[in-house]
Amino acid sequence: MNEQPTTPAAPATVRSAADVTVGEALPAVTIHVDRPRLVQYAGASLDRNRIHWDEPFAKQVGLPDVIAHGMFTMGSAVTLVTDWVGDAGRVVEYGTRFTKPVVVPYDGGADIEVSGVVKALDPETKRVTVELTATAGGEKVLGRAIAVAVLD
Amino acid sequence: MPVNADFQGREYPPTEPYRVSAAKIREFAEAVGSTDPVHVDADVARSRGYADVIAPPTFAVLIAQQCDGQLVRDPDAGIDFSRVVHGEQRFVHHRPLTAGDAIVGTLHVDTVREAGGHAMVTTRTELATEAGEPVCTATSTIVIRGGE
Repeated sequence: MNEQPTTPAAPATVRSAADVTVGEALPAVTIHVDRPRLVQYAGASLDRNRIHWDEPFAKQVGLPDVIAHGMFTMGSAVTLVTDWVGDAGRVVEYGTRFTKPVVVPYDGGADIEVSGVVKALDPETKRVTVELTATAGGEKVLGRAIAVAVLD
Repeated sequence: MPVNADFQGREYPPTEPYRVSAAKIREFAEAVGSTDPVHVDADVARSRGYADVIAPPTFAVLIAQQCDGQLVRDPDAGIDFSRVVHGEQRFVHHRPLTAGDAIVGTLHVDTVREAGGHAMVTTRTELATEAGEPVCTATSTIVIRGGE
């Protein structure tokens, strides 16, 4: 049913800067990653480096096993921020270091735990700075992961 | 490990335009698990003021890594792609990448250095529309692991 009044289409429900406090935690998420997901990401991103899907190859070049694309971890982790902000287009800066690889065994894959906290908020520009923490197997896989978004 | 330090400071000519499609945006959003309808529903995107569906924040890497290929695949650069791991990545978005954009990338090799037996190369790709509107600055550091 579609009888809602169609005044200008409802804008995104973007979080208001007035409702955010520094130190606030964002809802944490667990991202499961397995080999099919890495193949999917390889195709979508055009990053077909074999270390991300070919186990014998990965081991031959000295890795413990297949590892996730750092960009998969980075790209999936930021959904914590975009979901919280309410519009994926509001992220204006995003950077990270890849401190440890996410090792993805054939059996069972791996889980990446992602949490985030508001580090800064500029009430004038409504720019919010979120620091993300991402761990897999108890180790930090992203370092200095910082996203900046513009709130309403 | 003998990455060619002469490449530091090099700037490449702008690439041929990459055409951002709604289909690729959808595929990428699904792969990273970004469920915001702004990636797949043009009406939602327009209601938020965008011209069409927009890409997730890290989509730009797809274009930037193609630009990096000019360096990584150049035999004179001495980069063994099988030993490359990603060290660091940063995006500054001037506006979201949008379906229909034709994006030109200009690759800069900012630094080439050795550290702890590994080589590290930092590149910066300036992404802009064909008309020259800046869209995204993507900065990437790759680590070429030293041999055992």
